Amino acid sequence: MSKFLRFALWSLVASVLGFAVLTHHSSAAGSREDFPAKLSQWKLIQRAGDRLAAAPSGVTYELATPLFTDYALKWRVLFIPNGQKAAYNPDRAFDLPVGTVIAKTFYYPVAPVDHTGESADVLKARPSDYQDGVGGLRLAHVRLMETRLLVHRAGGWVALPYVWDEDQRDATLERVGDAIPLTMVDGTERKDFVYVVPNANDCANCHAPNFTTGEINHIEPIGIKARHLNRDFPGKFGTINQLTRLQRLGYLSGAPAVASAPRNVDWHDERLPVDARARSYLDINCSHCHSPVGAARTTGLWFDQGHEHGADWASPRRIGVCKQIVAGGHGGGGLPFDVAPGEPEKSILLYRLRSNVPGTMMPEIGRSLVHAEGIALVRSWIERMEGQCRLASEQ
Amino acid sequence: MKAGFVRGRTALLGSALMVAGLGSLGLAGPAWAAGPQADADGFVTDRAFEKHLQEQLLDAKAGDVITIPAGKYRLSRGLGLTASGVTIKGAGKDQTVLSFAGMVAGPVGLLVTGNNFVVSDLTVQDTKGDGIKINGTKGVTFRNVRVRWTDPDNSTHGAYGIYPVGCTDVLIEDSEVFGSSDAGIYVGQSDNIIVRRNRAELNVAGIEIENSTHADVYENVATRNTGGILVFNMPNLPKPGHSTRIHNNVSEANNTPNFAAKGTAVSIVPKGTGMIVLANDDVEIFDNDIRNNDTMGIAIASDFSTDYKIEAGAPGEHDPYPDRVLIAGNRISGGGNAPDAERFPAAPVIRAAGQSTNVVWDGYTRAPADDNGICLASGPDKLIRLDPKSPGKFAVIDGKSCDGFKRQPPVVIR
Repeated sequence: MSKFLRFALWSLVASVLGFAVLTHHSSAAGSREDFPAKLSQWKLIQRAGDRLAAAPSGVTYELATPLFTDYALKWRVLFIPNGQKAAYNPDRAFDLPVGTVIAKTFYYPVAPVDHTGESADVLKARPSDYQDGVGGLRLAHVRLMETRLLVHRAGGWVALPYVWDEDQRDATLERVGDAIPLTMVDGTERKDFVYVVPNANDCANCHAPNFTTGEINHIEPIGIKARHLNRDFPGKFGTINQLTRLQRLGYLSGAPAVASAPRNVDWHDERLPVDARARSYLDINCSHCHSPVGAARTTGLWFDQGHEHGADWASPRRIGVCKQIVAGGHGGGGLPFDVAPGEPEKSILLYRLRSNVPGTMMPEIGRSLVHAEGIALVRSWIERMEGQCRLASEQ
Repeated sequence: MKAGFVRGRTALLGSALMVAGLGSLGLAGPAWAAGPQADADGFVTDRAFEKHLQEQLLDAKAGDVITIPAGKYRLSRGLGLTASGVTIKGAGKDQTVLSFAGMVAGPVGLLVTGNNFVVSDLTVQDTKGDGIKINGTKGVTFRNVRVRWTDPDNSTHGAYGIYPVGCTDVLIEDSEVFGSSDAGIYVGQSDNIIVRRNRAELNVAGIEIENSTHADVYENVATRNTGGILVFNMPNLPKPGHSTRIHNNVSEANNTPNFAAKGTAVSIVPKGTGMIVLANDDVEIFDNDIRNNDTMGIAIASDFSTDYKIEAGAPGEHDPYPDRVLIAGNRISGGGNAPDAERFPAAPVIRAAGQSTNVVWDGYTRAPADDNGICLASGPDKLIRLDPKSPGKFAVIDGKSCDGFKRQPPVVIR
């Protein structure tokens, strides 16, 4: 049986299981008995020599700007069932066929002297040093942390966190998540932190995009959106635009020419305007909650760059400019405005990004470390912003 | 290999707690070797219990009742529930106590997004953020629940104790919240709400209904907070509020100095305030006992008395004025004796002029002759209307017949 056939079978099994379970209840989280205990049982990604390789149908992709997760690097692979297509949408996650699986593997580089998998000392690096979209993830000097699967069943998406075993040969389903102490090594600096693997309910914190339609626990992928995928990346057909690649592979229908598709930028690319970089960074890191329909819709602070919610998305007040705190508690740090143009030290946004204290830090989950480089970008964005905010008592 | 793997993870969790500054257990010896042991406060750190509880929440489906046995448990992470139709039930709020004092991830103690949710008979305490938050669901019941913060330094306390937001059909009854640094019982941006027979104590705001519609608040006791019961409407939020009934409550001795985080909405509340209506419309306050609040009994205020910047045409077309507020049949006594001069400088002036501070309105109107539909019914109290243009000046308005005031029907939750 070819790898591909096995994958197709697994997709079928997953769909049937999904249907069976979802006729009983509608929880977004998978139940204990439904899913393989080991990642390898999915036959989607597995160790092959010195690499972690994907089944042939997998498409490795990268986002224009990725979510920050304690400097973990991420290897993303999309598996769409053969003969089926995702439907393009300019703003929302593409409509992906049942049977689709998205595998996101979180890993850290480790020093060459360390035995892979045992080191708690992990390094800052760029993902391109370890995976380039072709041939999988090079495992020399890498510690694999977890692989999160998003599985599209007949009744909806299911999130499954697999934590890599100590011997790094396979990963085990840990529905309640995990907490793994690590040390981030950046040159001569060392910072202890706890790498937190989310539990299956935590996944809904970010992946449940709409709280206004009575489908709160309807979870969806985040990255499979036009604006995040609209960039070049190596892979089949060479280094080409990822939307183009998906179309040429027959996995995407309805997409316009890439020039007219929405596009976020690489937050890291200093040649680009600060505003576009900061908005892309805030979009991927915040807008799964901070949108007009998300979990944080009630804050009135919205960072999504999709245009589906009307013109209000572009209002300065909606990205926090001169917006005063309402329900932030101590998270406001006593500062007056979410974003005070030209005054980063008066801006709650920066204060909360800089914190790693639960109750103050933003995002609320998904990180234990502060993202110094991201904060520098947001600071620069606020510094260059024109205008001035004053309290009523200051006028 | 498997045994080693499991032990490794458990030891790692101990290390995780050490990183979070709770190292005494970890330093004394590996917790997994000795089994769960109670700490000095009687709380048990029991990884197996926590994992089982999380699995129950993950596996929950409609109709399930998750029972948490009696015991004092220290949990390392906030709990989440996404399934609909689930009940979480403890053995009683004195018997089942969940402490989040050492949480490494959260910040909420229990976060629920499933519809038709019931939580009862337990205590949640010392969360880093909010106690129990329910976001966006239809059908929420709190019954016989306690949320509290126990650190003597109340500036460390989380913001909201019982916190439904963006919900429909909210019932909060026979519950109590102590020590929140914002509002103890806070209902935000919700619709169709009953809050009854609860106790709110030692919070900044005891009970707060904010940007919500159709709320019935009755037979509660709010005491020793900074402000007892608040009905607020804040700008820059997607949902404006209106239509609240506050009746048959006791709001007594809410004289705790304000310890809210600077800049938050409730940080402006003067200590010693029985009730406040801020920029909200269609509010009825009747038949309450309001006693011994050192600044004033009932305050009616516009955004102009806050530090919120008012901008015409701001998103959501926020209305800064309170409109159509009925005050009738309340028994207000013993108040105003030690006003919070910092947050309400007008109180001593009113007292010096021989007037009580039972019912005070900041006096801002769209046009000079307007009364915003504010009606104080005939009785012992007078409405003290401040003059926005002349600090220190005010008018004394006698009570009158409010028979023409359009009354709201009681809230019904089906």
